[in-house]
Amino acid sequence: MEPARSSVDHSTETEYKVESEKKKKKKAVTKDHWMAVAFLAPSVILLGIFVYGFIGWTGFVSLSNWNTLVPDFSFAGIENYVNLFQDYRFQADLRNTLFFTLFFIGAVIVVGITLAILLDQKIRQESLFRNIFFFPMALSFVVTGVVWQWLLNPSTGVNLFLSKIGLESKWYTDTTIIPGVEWGKIEFGIPVALIAVVIAAVWQMTGFSVAMYLAGLRAIPEEVREAARMDGASEFMVYWKVVLPMLRPITISVVIIMAHISLKIFDLIYAMTGPGANYVTDVPGVYMFETTFRGNYYANGAAIAIIMLLSVAIFIVPYLISSRKGDA
Amino acid sequence: MAVRTLTRPIIYLILIALTLFYLMPVYVMLVTSFKPLQEVTLADMWKLPTTIDFSSYVTAFTRLAPNLMNSFYLVIPATILSALFGSLNGYVLSKWKFKGSDVLFTAILFGMFIPYQSILIPLIQFLREIGLYNSIAGLVFVHVVYGLPITTLMFRNFYASIPDSMIESAKIDGAGFLGIFRHIMFPLSITGFVVVGIWQFTNIWNEFLFAVTITTSAQQPVMVALQNLSGSQIVQWNVQMAGALLAALPTLLVYIFLGKFFVRGLLAGSVKG
Repeated sequence: MEPARSSVDHSTETEYKVESEKKKKKKAVTKDHWMAVAFLAPSVILLGIFVYGFIGWTGFVSLSNWNTLVPDFSFAGIENYVNLFQDYRFQADLRNTLFFTLFFIGAVIVVGITLAILLDQKIRQESLFRNIFFFPMALSFVVTGVVWQWLLNPSTGVNLFLSKIGLESKWYTDTTIIPGVEWGKIEFGIPVALIAVVIAAVWQMTGFSVAMYLAGLRAIPEEVREAARMDGASEFMVYWKVVLPMLRPITISVVIIMAHISLKIFDLIYAMTGPGANYVTDVPGVYMFETTFRGNYYANGAAIAIIMLLSVAIFIVPYLISSRKGDA
Repeated sequence: MAVRTLTRPIIYLILIALTLFYLMPVYVMLVTSFKPLQEVTLADMWKLPTTIDFSSYVTAFTRLAPNLMNSFYLVIPATILSALFGSLNGYVLSKWKFKGSDVLFTAILFGMFIPYQSILIPLIQFLREIGLYNSIAGLVFVHVVYGLPITTLMFRNFYASIPDSMIESAKIDGAGFLGIFRHIMFPLSITGFVVVGIWQFTNIWNEFLFAVTITTSAQQPVMVALQNLSGSQIVQWNVQMAGALLAALPTLLVYIFLGKFFVRGLLAGSVKG
């Protein structure tokens, strides 16, 4: 509880003794409270400037004409944004982000739940299995990118197996878009090359969802499952009708955490494939980096960054607000 | 209770198949890194090396050693500082709540989710102004600042499990803000510091976007140097794989020996308190 506040709240108490005691306490608390605020202040000020202030500054740059090496803060209105949405590369980025996010989250959840349920069957060597599924989480996306670039190299890698069974894949060098309907300047559909990147990302990140689901499963009392079995439910139905619905809050957390990772992804793609031919594996993060720091189109890069931020905020802000409410 | 006996072998079969899939990159990384260059061919990718050859490690190490050192110079101070600040912030936000402190906490948390692209342009301008651009010190500063939300969150949740009654009785004994932190919270935070420390160590070591935009050549941490290995010439995959392993080794070792704490950090990072 919060002593300072509660002493204020209950100040209508009549008994003199209680009142004086509270007063004494309140006085002592106030000084320490100022201390507490003073210790928190530097962090708050730093984050105020470096998060909120800098976002504001980036927003300002995105509305300027600073598209050369020399800063030019003259007002351009929403021109940079208009240009972006008409830009072939950015349209491709939006398409890629959409499908990357969908496949990535879908796979992380399906594989995560499956593995967690399997690991929860009192199997032998559980911790060994767990460690193997978790360890990629400790790696850098750059390492993952470098290794999977070699593994899914179109002329080698897994293809040596696949070609033996008559399947051939060009993996991340494939420029096919399925179905490839014309939309704006680009072909809309699933870029085949993205699948390679999704595999690498899923390999790296499923550990997170397995850990989350496993913790969730362990929190469900065995009696709940036992009761369902007593009612004659098959093992499959126990999971489908009883356990999975109880894991829903975890799924929401996993979706949001994975969505924000996916929407701002940069290093994995930069290390593994780069933008790719026809930008089949390009994402806003890579575009922003290249246009800003390789091309000096600062205003353009700032506009991409703001769009990325907004897309992440759509997921994160409601999540933060709701988890704060749950906290109180 | 477990699934019936008939399905047991199937469970193990699926688990083992997935284990092989998860270990496949490690296998390829290892066999490739121990091969001499002429053996690193398309057709022999999956074969074991005929002889164990350390030359790619020698090459990778000579090229990455300075950057590995940079990474250590970056990660150690940044981890310690961000953990210390985080513990103080978490202490205030869990045990010295004030009007609006929960809103403030939410506002702090937002900082850990933002795409850093959205602060990079002003950040680099700022670092240039104060002369920290292209320096390890600059990167340390950046990681401490942007590490504050996650370390604050972890410590706040960690301290929430310390009963308020302990704080209350310490107050009655006359202990103040700092006294309680020093004599009660800090000694109880060892696990918290281990979890946060491992988390920050791993994340800062693995980080790429700040590293690649804020530093150039001689100042670069190892992840940027690793990425540059492939950009330089014809890709020598054996050197690449050896380099990837060297760059990943510190965090892998931490994971192998302290994996339990790493997973706790993982779960702690998903907000909820």
